[in-house]
Amino acid sequence: MSFEPRIVGFLCNWCSYTGADLAGTARIKYSPNIRSIRVMCSGRIDATFIIKAFLEGADGVLIAGCHPGDCHYQEGNYKALRRYRLLKRVITEYGIEPERLCLEWVAASEGERFARVVDEFTEQVRELGPLEFRGSIEDSLKNDNPVHEEHAGLGTGE
Amino acid sequence: MKLKFAIFWGAACGGCGVAILDTHEKILDIADMADIYLWPLAMDFKFADVEKMDDGYLDVALYSGAVRNAENEEIALLLRRKSKVMVALGACAHLGGIPGLANLYTREDILNRVYIDSESTINEEKIIPREAWNEDGNDLELPRFYNTVKTLDQVVDVEYYIPGCPPVPLQIFSALTLIRDGMLPPPGSVIGAGDRSLCDQCERVKEEKKISGIKRIQQVIPDTKKCFLEQGLICLGPVTRSGCGSRCINSGVPCRGCYGPLDDVDDQGVKMLSALASSLDAKEEKEIDAILDGIVDPLRTFHRFSLAASMLRRKKV
Ligand code: SF4
Ligand code: SF4
Repeated sequence: MSFEPRIVGFLCNWCSYTGADLAGTARIKYSPNIRSIRVMCSGRIDATFIIKAFLEGADGVLIAGCHPGDCHYQEGNYKALRRYRLLKRVITEYGIEPERLCLEWVAASEGERFARVVDEFTEQVRELGPLEFRGSIEDSLKNDNPVHEEHAGLGTGE
Repeated sequence: MKLKFAIFWGAACGGCGVAILDTHEKILDIADMADIYLWPLAMDFKFADVEKMDDGYLDVALYSGAVRNAENEEIALLLRRKSKVMVALGACAHLGGIPGLANLYTREDILNRVYIDSESTINEEKIIPREAWNEDGNDLELPRFYNTVKTLDQVVDVEYYIPGCPPVPLQIFSALTLIRDGMLPPPGSVIGAGDRSLCDQCERVKEEKKISGIKRIQQVIPDTKKCFLEQGLICLGPVTRSGCGSRCINSGVPCRGCYGPLDDVDDQGVKMLSALASSLDAKEEKEIDAILDGIVDPLRTFHRFSLAASMLRRKKV
């Protein structure tokens, strides 16, 4: 079976979610891999949410907010951008490819753009393959057994 | 009735044990309140004697240090069985501490580095310690060196946490008196510390957090009255529990976060990341990146003591 990336999208209520809605009502086709979560503002997306999404099985996380200057709360999207730039560095150190995290500005009128962003990001993540963060950690923990269980009866010098 | 104590160190530097001794004359009060049944750092006892005790025989086990190898884990399990109350003493048992930073590597990385690659090592045959060995019918065994450093509560149930690297000696003493007097909060609580953030009780002048450049402490002479963070020096005060008496702040260095997160915070480091990013004074991607370049090692800076307890726990393997 081919790999279908699981994408979690955090969409701001005022621009991007409305843009996604427009894509829907205009019957624009885009990849079904995204699971959208509506938040009031991209500035509300705590870095914890994104880490949690990766931990819970997301292969990629998309943050979408209003274009610079258009934030309903004036500064929220700049906050989101700063967090995003820093978070990219941090997830890289955790061994998560930075390309799995994406931020795009999508206005309420940009249904087509929303569809394109989702399609492109889905393909980008598809290229990277599955992340399976939690599974990989759990697997590695299994090797941390007391040695005598595994080596019981071991008798060679080799 | 005197309490029965066991004091142990797993993957630890010994600082927590020294902090107990650093209660100075109060150590006599500790000796009054408790008989010590195990304390490898300071006294001579045998694990075999602990094994012979009935389960729950000991009142309190104070475990310092992270769980890094099979021996650390075995003793944690043993003490858990034998003790009514298990206390994680210090940042390593609580959050993984400095040893937890090894979770950015694998065990192969570490063994190769230590036994083969390090500049001061000559090991042409590339000999790495084996876990098990047999010679002339005798079995020898070393505890397995784990791939992942664990916090104490990732291995056994823990009733209380005394944070700090190391904990402030008087805080250890006050936590022990809580135990003696039966005045303990619900299991799972942090004892011997405050419940507010360090910033909350910091005396430095705070104006507006707008950070336009990040520096390291050795690159500047910081103003002695102003908030470190506002001077562009990363200070973990906003996300760190109070109770240390602001040891670092008062000595002229920013907080590194050893007292750990506040209640109900999932991840101290990620919280700091969010807080810091919010205060940067930049809107353009390029400007933001230029400021961020000043953070030499973001993950280790934000999770200096808490990586093993962080949501992701370790580098992906
Ligand atoms: S960030 Fe540090 S220096 Fe500033 S108020 Fe908080 S604890 Fe004090
Ligand atoms: S100031 Fe921070 S790092 Fe220093 S002792 Fe207190 S909590 Fe620990």
